[in-house]
Amino acid sequence: MSSEVGQQHPLNLYFWIWGLLFVVSAGSYATDYMDAGYLRWALILMFMFVKAGYIVAVFMHLKYERLALIYALLLPPGVIGLLVALMAWESNYTWLTRIVFFGEVVEPERLPLPGAH
Amino acid sequence: MAQVTAEETTGLATIAKDWSSDVTTFKGVPWGKAMMWIFLLSDTFIFSIFLTSYMTVRATTAEAWPNASEVFSLTVFGQAVPLLLIAIMTFDLITSSGTMALAVNYGYRREKKKAIRFMYATAFFGAVFVGMQMFEWTKLIMEGVRPWGNPWGAPQFGSTFFMITGFHGLHVSAGVVYLIIIAGRIRKGRYDNTNFEIVEITGLYWHFVDLVWVFIFAFFYLW
Repeated sequence: MSSEVGQQHPLNLYFWIWGLLFVVSAGSYATDYMDAGYLRWALILMFMFVKAGYIVAVFMHLKYERLALIYALLLPPGVIGLLVALMAWESNYTWLTRIVFFGEVVEPERLPLPGAH
Repeated sequence: MAQVTAEETTGLATIAKDWSSDVTTFKGVPWGKAMMWIFLLSDTFIFSIFLTSYMTVRATTAEAWPNASEVFSLTVFGQAVPLLLIAIMTFDLITSSGTMALAVNYGYRREKKKAIRFMYATAFFGAVFVGMQMFEWTKLIMEGVRPWGNPWGAPQFGSTFFMITGFHGLHVSAGVVYLIIIAGRIRKGRYDNTNFEIVEITGLYWHFVDLVWVFIFAFFYLW
């Protein structure tokens, strides 16, 4: 039974990934010194996915599991991409509406409170 | 344990019986581990919804979003270092992930003492993380950040910040307690007849907490 259940890997693998995670995190932090723009956003996303990938694949051993489990865990979160796309699309519209209605309007003078002179 | 057939159980007990009946979908994966994965999947959705709401709120506000790089900077020797505390927290959490991975490995090697020691080390780094987060919260609250406003711009900054990092911090705190409880049970010999997959199950939770931080760090602090 002991050979069927469990995850046995050489210790070196973990030290290796551990070190890589430090490097990737340092890269991630370094993007903060860049100017905002597409390059920076692309790097943030790249470092994020690389780091998340290492954690899930090796530390959580997903890479060594059977396909039944891998697909059961990775497919459902894929739907989140759709949610993000829909929300991004919708928020564009909301933002435009807000700019149209509130954007250029000068703050109206406050109504005097009752009793105030 | 005596075998109980499905017909012999009644009432609520049938639920547990049916779910734990000897039908395995995920071959080679212990029951508890599959359940932890399912729980983490649902937790993924919770955090995704938080982060998606944050995106929506930030994209729709007509006011400027506070610059996280400046808000979260620390002054060291008279010089402002952007995101310093957050960077330290990130490295602290990776360190804890590494010690957790070692604990899992030693668990499967049946080296109980080492596994327990690394689990306590993981709990320690987790507690340090929560401590730094408390410092961060205190600092921001003293600077006037509230869930309904802040001195630098869009008021939604505070609500999303407290909600997302608070929920994550709660996960870390729960993880520290979880680690200490499981390590104590291992020490008392509760899992001696198993393969110590319990360490891996605990580890899955812990790595997930680190995983969520990766996304929070990217989207909330860096973006």
